[in-house]
Amino acid sequence: MNYNWNWSVLITEPYLGWIVAGLGWTILVSILAWILAFTLGSVLGIMRTTSVPILRGIGTLYVEIFRNIPLLVQFFLWYFVLPEMVPYDWGMWLKRGMPMPELTTAIIALGLYTASRVCEQVRSGIESIGVGQVSAARALGLTEWQAMRYILVPVAYRRIIPPLTSEFLTIFKNSSLALTIGVIELTAVTRQIEEYTFQGFEAFTAATIIYSMITFMVMGIMRQIEKRSLVHGMIGSSK
Amino acid sequence: MGAFDFAVIFDNLPFLMKGMQTTLLLTALAMFGGIVLGTLLAMARISSITVVSVVAASYINFFRSLPLILVIFWFYFLVPLVLGQPVGGFYSVLVAFTLFEAAYYAEIIRAGITSVRSGQFQAARALGLSYAQSMRFIVLPQAFRAMTPVLLTQGIILFQDTSLVYVVGLKDFLVSAELIANRDQRLIEMFTFVAIVYLIISYSASQGVRLLQRRMQR
Repeated sequence: MNYNWNWSVLITEPYLGWIVAGLGWTILVSILAWILAFTLGSVLGIMRTTSVPILRGIGTLYVEIFRNIPLLVQFFLWYFVLPEMVPYDWGMWLKRGMPMPELTTAIIALGLYTASRVCEQVRSGIESIGVGQVSAARALGLTEWQAMRYILVPVAYRRIIPPLTSEFLTIFKNSSLALTIGVIELTAVTRQIEEYTFQGFEAFTAATIIYSMITFMVMGIMRQIEKRSLVHGMIGSSK
Repeated sequence: MGAFDFAVIFDNLPFLMKGMQTTLLLTALAMFGGIVLGTLLAMARISSITVVSVVAASYINFFRSLPLILVIFWFYFLVPLVLGQPVGGFYSVLVAFTLFEAAYYAEIIRAGITSVRSGQFQAARALGLSYAQSMRFIVLPQAFRAMTPVLLTQGIILFQDTSLVYVVGLKDFLVSAELIANRDQRLIEMFTFVAIVYLIISYSASQGVRLLQRRMQR
């Protein structure tokens, strides 16, 4: 292997500044997209477990569409196609008028896509509780909505902390797709450093370490939260 | 941008089909390589030899913590350097996808292996089969049978993920469509077409998996 390693490129300006800024955009996109995904995904997940056929239908349709189109193609649909499909003035606003069009589009695309995944986690969390609890709640005179609000949702969320953690980490990794529409996040920065200095491997190494460190940190924190929020009396809660 | 122009799709079908061939070939090869390597990793992961198990676990956790695009970048630049000659984008991304997917397949296969009751393995050993024979003839066949739906579902995810070769410009289905879209100024038509094709293929495949799952449960 013929390669001249030069690690000092990582602590040279402007490259160090690029990496820090890139990490900042990665975190910003991830967190804002997660807020959207979590909110919308929760609503959709609850919709899919109600007894109202139209609500279930909408939830199912949403999941099947968003889950079966590659995320990258969804980015392109929102960024390139949508502005051309709406009336001209709106299209111009989407392309130019909106604050930071690339960033906003990336957050929305990532959030809407991940909402379909969160929806499935919420749904399976609620469905895992079993009919006994619902029947008991209904027998006690709670309405379907009350049973959902006071019995199913609180238990379900505590149970799905592990899968939701991995969904958040997925969003964190998928935020790298924002580079395809021009957001200079962490992965894009590494490519940029490669183009400017031909020291790509140093930059890739730095990004690799940053991504895996953040992943392990989030997993560690979530494991603590998971321990505190265990639903007692369930299999696995005796740990 | 005038009305929706179907002609641009029909005129370029052969070119698009070629792109789809690349997508499907990459999916199939990466899935095969990922499952083979994933099986080895899964067996290493549950090994009673601590070093082997720790190495496998580190590999799996490491790759699962990285964005696929970053892994593609790594190998796109690394593979030609290691081999000392340009090998073309396809082989570089194939290596990236295989190593990356193996980490995900390993976790699925591990769950499959551990779901086989331990009595099966013990009985095989008691009958005089070696470790390798017990795995090969008793445990793995049962494990693979049970996890076929999950493996196929991961294959559908992989099929969608191959679109990320866009970042290195490999001419798969999406990149082919994008080239035409930019050349003919037909972004709406091409990207909508791409989305619908992916939607139809992934949806049909996932319905097929669901059917298989239902049949297996009977």
